[in-house]
Amino acid sequence: MTWDMDYALDVLPPILEAFLRYTLLVTVLASVLAAVLGLVFAVVRRVRVPVLTPLTTAFVEFVRSTPIPIQLFFLFYVLPEAGLTLPGLFVGVVTLGVHYACYYSEVYRAGIDGVPKGQWEACTSLSMSPRYQWQHVVLPQAVRNVLPALGNYVISMFKETPFLFLIAVPEMVQEAVAIGGRDFRYLEPVTIAGLIFLAASYPSSVAIRRLEKRLVHA
Amino acid sequence: MSGLEIGAWADELLAGVWVTVYITVLSACAAVVVAFALGLTVRMQHIVPRTIARVVIEVFRGTSLLVQLFWLFYALPLLGYSMRPVTVGVVAFGLNFGAYGAEVVRGAINAVPKAQWEGTIALNLSPYQRMRRVILPQAYPLMIPPFGNLLIQMLKSTPLVFLITLTDLTAVADQYRASEGNEGFIFGVLLVVYFVLAYVFTVAMRLLEARAKARLGQRESAREVLAYRGPMEQEAAGG
Repeated sequence: MTWDMDYALDVLPPILEAFLRYTLLVTVLASVLAAVLGLVFAVVRRVRVPVLTPLTTAFVEFVRSTPIPIQLFFLFYVLPEAGLTLPGLFVGVVTLGVHYACYYSEVYRAGIDGVPKGQWEACTSLSMSPRYQWQHVVLPQAVRNVLPALGNYVISMFKETPFLFLIAVPEMVQEAVAIGGRDFRYLEPVTIAGLIFLAASYPSSVAIRRLEKRLVHA
Repeated sequence: MSGLEIGAWADELLAGVWVTVYITVLSACAAVVVAFALGLTVRMQHIVPRTIARVVIEVFRGTSLLVQLFWLFYALPLLGYSMRPVTVGVVAFGLNFGAYGAEVVRGAINAVPKAQWEGTIALNLSPYQRMRRVILPQAYPLMIPPFGNLLIQMLKSTPLVFLITLTDLTAVADQYRASEGNEGFIFGVLLVVYFVLAYVFTVAMRLLEARAKARLGQRESAREVLAYRGPMEQEAAGG
């Protein structure tokens, strides 16, 4: 069996469609969730609220050390038991979002730690409110420093969206294997899925490396 | 929610843990070999091997692990090569994580101080002696923490082998779910089991690091070795 270009062109549109409708959508939604939730985790861990901070730390460590597939299954099966029947897509976005929020919180933390001590002291001496201090002084500097690291995690999340296969979300790899099973020609669809991943992730990571260099020199 | 039936499944679950650990360890060995092969090649002066290694690294980092697994499992047999599912798993994990590891190897070697390189040249060591006796022993402890992170990531990816028909821990849990119900319970148990496995692997890597550092004359206390440290994902992007 060899590569059949006509067949490859035939199966390209449905695979691309699954890519745009699911893979890309999940990546965007989950990274937004992760970016927001991760920031909340990082700030909670930094300001040391009694009970809440240790709980957040424990949660972050636990989630980071356990596999996404099992977390997917867990939510997929537990939520209906609790009376919440949600579509697989939603479960997938929540799982990936929360998992990466735990990674993001570490990245933000590094960024917050990287804000010079003088900045904090200046805020105190200008008697800024904590809210103003975080919003206008600390976070803008912290986030700027860790932007490339966050970008790398988005790419890494992007490459883990096929895990949603496990809870029957018809994302790109699911679609490719389904087409392969239908025609019993796996070579073209699975290769195309891989090439699409490469075509999207390689340029993004080159762009991030550029951004990193620019931020360092700026 | 009772866990009483789980006793009857103890043997299956243990067998599943064994498959998971077995795949992880075997793949880790494969990944280390791939990482060193690619990591050393990508540093070569000659442009041909260097470019080939770079392309291999970017391809395996840039396409998703699951795609690679499926490609080896579904597409490769159609081209006339077929492998047992265990081999498919080990080859896919070995190449994927080996590609990430290659960057670790390259980075660690580049981090060895320049004076050490100059010293080896001044002493007229052959390129082989230079690497084997001077550079690698110093680069090696630097590689262990990132390798440890990759190992945990690999452990966390092993549930995927369930999709290529292997009966790892996840597959056993799925059988349990199908026959006993109690989905939340079994996957909750699984989360804890994976957490414990991840911790055991982390400590093992910490011990390895302490030993490597001790050989360079930097000692660490037992407390430092056993302290809990969560995994930190690598610069995980392709490229």
